Amino acid sequence: MRRSWLPSLITLAVIVFLFAPLVVLVANSFNASRFGGEWEGFTWNWYEKLWEADEVWESLWITVKIALSASFTAMILGTLAAYALHRFRSWLQDVHSLLITLPLVMPDILMGMSLLALFVLTGVETGLLTIWIAHVTFCLSFVTMVVLGRLQDFDFTLIDAARDLGATRVQALKKVLLPLLLPGVLAGGLLAFTLSIDDYVITFFVSGPGTTTLPLRVASMMKTSRSLPVINALSTLLIASTFILAALSFRLQRRA
Amino acid sequence: MSTDRQSSKQWLLTLPSLAWLGVFFVIPAILVIVTAFRPADLHGGVGAGWTMATVHEVSDPAYLPILWRTVWFSGVTTLVCLALSLPMAFQMARVGPLMRQVLLLLVVIPFLSNFLIRIFAWKSLLHPEGPLTRLLIWLHFIPEDAMLLNNAGAVLLVLIYTQLPFAILPLYAAAEKFDFGLLDAARDLGAGPWRSFSKVFVPGVWRGIVSAAVMVFVCSLGQYVIPQMVGGASDEMLGSKIAQRVFSDRNLPHASVLAAGLMLVVLVPMLIVAVWQRFGRKEAVS
Repeated sequence: MRRSWLPSLITLAVIVFLFAPLVVLVANSFNASRFGGEWEGFTWNWYEKLWEADEVWESLWITVKIALSASFTAMILGTLAAYALHRFRSWLQDVHSLLITLPLVMPDILMGMSLLALFVLTGVETGLLTIWIAHVTFCLSFVTMVVLGRLQDFDFTLIDAARDLGATRVQALKKVLLPLLLPGVLAGGLLAFTLSIDDYVITFFVSGPGTTTLPLRVASMMKTSRSLPVINALSTLLIASTFILAALSFRLQRRA
Repeated sequence: MSTDRQSSKQWLLTLPSLAWLGVFFVIPAILVIVTAFRPADLHGGVGAGWTMATVHEVSDPAYLPILWRTVWFSGVTTLVCLALSLPMAFQMARVGPLMRQVLLLLVVIPFLSNFLIRIFAWKSLLHPEGPLTRLLIWLHFIPEDAMLLNNAGAVLLVLIYTQLPFAILPLYAAAEKFDFGLLDAARDLGAGPWRSFSKVFVPGVWRGIVSAAVMVFVCSLGQYVIPQMVGGASDEMLGSKIAQRVFSDRNLPHASVLAAGLMLVVLVPMLIVAVWQRFGRKEAVS
């Protein structure tokens, strides 16, 4: 059968479109030219400058601290939520499911703005705590969705089988459900971790003095042209780590 | 007895996430709506009493062009994203399983890369000294003094760039479930490639198209970083104004009125889809 070449051409064009800016960015991080208009020779210079930029590493540490604690909390809350959504059918779960879905479509700026309103009106000082709260809130729904997808594929007769073979309820949960569910839970946690590290808009609203996360740092670096090539170097490292995390998450989700 | 235990177990499992979202999602959203009717105080906080003054201020016709531009940018972004994603999802669902995984990973990686970095990449690409500008001048596609940055075109381009994966992923999920045997049948009955694509494939993934369109449209509506970084002074969107009111003017009530307005604009397309799906389902049953 003759197939049209148009869809493959468009697919190729879209992939090129998606990657072109990233490729130019990575190439320019090794380019001696400041603006990257043309190639002026290979250099490690920008990476050396990045290595010396202490405030970047300080921000990275804050970001990782928040991402780890927020994704861990979201992982636990999200797994419980997914289990409840899958296990029960009631008005409570209808409300629950609506509440889990809404944050997925709420624009970032509205979520940031409304959390800021909450903190201002209750007199909570913005800082690490408020960023953590905000990150758990927007990660929770994503984790729930990933774990729920996993639960829908799960064969619950396996638990009955374990029970028939003499396992107690707790044993069945621990030895059958948990190991099979774990890749999904970890994939959800990993997604939450990437989302948390990536977030700029919501964090911008709820951050306080001394809590400049990496995206906030990048945004302020973008305002001074002196540090532009250093952002190229930092971006290259971040894209590389995203690549590794994404590949890892893919493997986790595919493993049965 | 057993149902009692079931019910308490259900509450125990549901309560943590329900309470969290209640306190940190529902209450803040309500607070924004309430704050819209409060006066501002001088310290960037919210004063006592109630007022309709802020709502009247924002009904100023000066805000209409911004609202219109926000909807217009989001609409164009949605159409372009759908036009590119439909053939792409079609292609992704047709290739072998390995190629499919590779394509999916290729879509997801830029999507998961830092949002700011992607905007920054475009900013340096479109920069007057940047590679794209130089290439286009060299090819005589644009005049020597052309500015690719700080205009509506740049905002649209970057909007499309950042929203594209939001369209590709749901459409791919729909296309994966599509029975491609139907296309062979259409061809056997004499339909050309375009006809079988538009009359068989597109209706087959209709639900995916709707959810992709809503996703892209709603996500574009709330953008403010993109117009701020690659747009000019006359390319502000509703989000830009909200951020400006919060951070520059420190006027929370004013920002709240705009935010409540944005909430409405976001909810309307979603309500339409929800009602339409209800209606569609009833139709299918009867």
